Amino acid sequence: MNVIEVNNLSKSYGKVKALESVSFSVERGELFGLIGPDGAGKTTLFRLLTTLLNSDKGGATIEGFDISKDYRKIRPLLGYMPGRFSLYPDLTVEENLSFFASIFGVRVKDSYDLIAPIYQQIEPFRKRQASKLSGGMKQKLALSCALIHHPSVLFLDEPTTGIDAVSRSELWDMLKNLKEKGITILVSTPYMDEASLCERIALFNEGRILGIDTPKGIIKQFKSRLFAIRSDNMYSLLEAAREIEGVIECYPFGQMHHLIVDSKFDPHRFTEQLGSLTNLTIEPAKPTIEDVFINLMKQ
Amino acid sequence: MSEIVISVHNLTKSFGKFIAVNNISFDVYRGEIFGFLGANGAGKTTAMRMLSGLSYPTSGKGMVAGFDISREGEMIKRNIGYMSQRFALYNTLTVGENINLFAGIYGLSKKSAAKRTEELLAELKFSSERDTLVGSLPLGWKQKLSFAIATVHNPAVVFLDEPTSGVDPVTRRQFWEMIYRAAERGTTIFVTTHYMDEAEYCSRVSIMVDGEMRALDTPARLKEEFNAESMHDLFRTLARDAERGELYP
Repeated sequence: MNVIEVNNLSKSYGKVKALESVSFSVERGELFGLIGPDGAGKTTLFRLLTTLLNSDKGGATIEGFDISKDYRKIRPLLGYMPGRFSLYPDLTVEENLSFFASIFGVRVKDSYDLIAPIYQQIEPFRKRQASKLSGGMKQKLALSCALIHHPSVLFLDEPTTGIDAVSRSELWDMLKNLKEKGITILVSTPYMDEASLCERIALFNEGRILGIDTPKGIIKQFKSRLFAIRSDNMYSLLEAAREIEGVIECYPFGQMHHLIVDSKFDPHRFTEQLGSLTNLTIEPAKPTIEDVFINLMKQ
Repeated sequence: MSEIVISVHNLTKSFGKFIAVNNISFDVYRGEIFGFLGANGAGKTTAMRMLSGLSYPTSGKGMVAGFDISREGEMIKRNIGYMSQRFALYNTLTVGENINLFAGIYGLSKKSAAKRTEELLAELKFSSERDTLVGSLPLGWKQKLSFAIATVHNPAVVFLDEPTSGVDPVTRRQFWEMIYRAAERGTTIFVTTHYMDEAEYCSRVSIMVDGEMRALDTPARLKEEFNAESMHDLFRTLARDAERGELYP
């Protein structure tokens, strides 16, 4: 049995279709990523699956329980870390933790082994009010609270948004450890480069799923010819490259520009035609998740 | 070297015993895209606030767009553009009204405000949306409009604080093309971001750790200097040793 099973789930707010007929499933112990920008419907999906909202159409089950009928059975099974900090700002670190433990009818010491790797990092500040913690510390506390009742499924809504690249990798390490302890994890992120850290991903945009697969499988969907180009003046290169025969698209991609081309394209002729640009280089490139996402968005 | 738009010498800001920004010095040139990176709590926001005339340094000095950051905060505010990651336009006004309002706030005459509104709408290819309420625009469009409005008074320098947070990859690139275009025309761009691929788009990148500026150069030379494969590697190498990150009050 899949831990999460979503079937044609739809939700609108007035005229705005937040989620349109979304289906996917997550296996036990899987680290599943929802990748997409703001407004893609990720938070709506989380709120539906955590039984905080009712769907308009379609349905879903968590551990076999129906999200609309069996919400009381589902809630103790899930841990939820919303995108916005939602602990009690005027309670201390340890008060927040005991509070969440008592709500779920457990004792902090029973789950201590599970949360220790995360909680120990903020334990020196256990007497500090939650509102006075740094962003990274708040997040560790929120994660500890979400895990206090040893949930079978963990929902994390954009846990890495707005935090620096180092803290982001730390968080992904924590998630990997939790996964190894058998917890099923559904995590969302707007950062495409984090997709490869998940076992499977769903690419989300404007309420729809553009593709579901392993990160490698998603990349295999990219069938176009792709080159990476650069020169001293990257902006001139961008404008000039778009005028060359056979170029379908050219867009900035880190230190290079990515160039998608059709069969009429000839790299030698390309170099000749753009000869006025200094230090021009062109080489075949391997597509990334972000290339696939851009490609799917434009279809 | 070309004209200097931001010049900072031994800039320091302390809050009590806590030294948020510790003795940083750098210059930013006209038309440059200057990436301002750092771990959370490294002192970026404090430094940005001083550069944009919102707070005064404890010691050291700096000039922004020709004004002294220790004495002329008000003049700096009038002569720079600023765009934060939080969308700050008026949702219940139309696109045209928002541009016109900010043009007025920055002291443009009625006539030049009207002219500038036309220019910006044309540049954004947004003339058809002039009467659309800003609240009903998709996020990416709002961000592009915010950037355009930050340049409504043709400032010498625009400060962008995580302008592309949460924006989809296609719009994120369109946004960067707007930045490129503005820089080509001579506007200096001072930008913070958590997307390391965006750091690659900058002419030069600085990285702050624990209140100090630990690195400053072109992305290519920085990677060479620190023997890093990408900006992401470089950032991790430098920020990993940050001592205070998590302890920031």
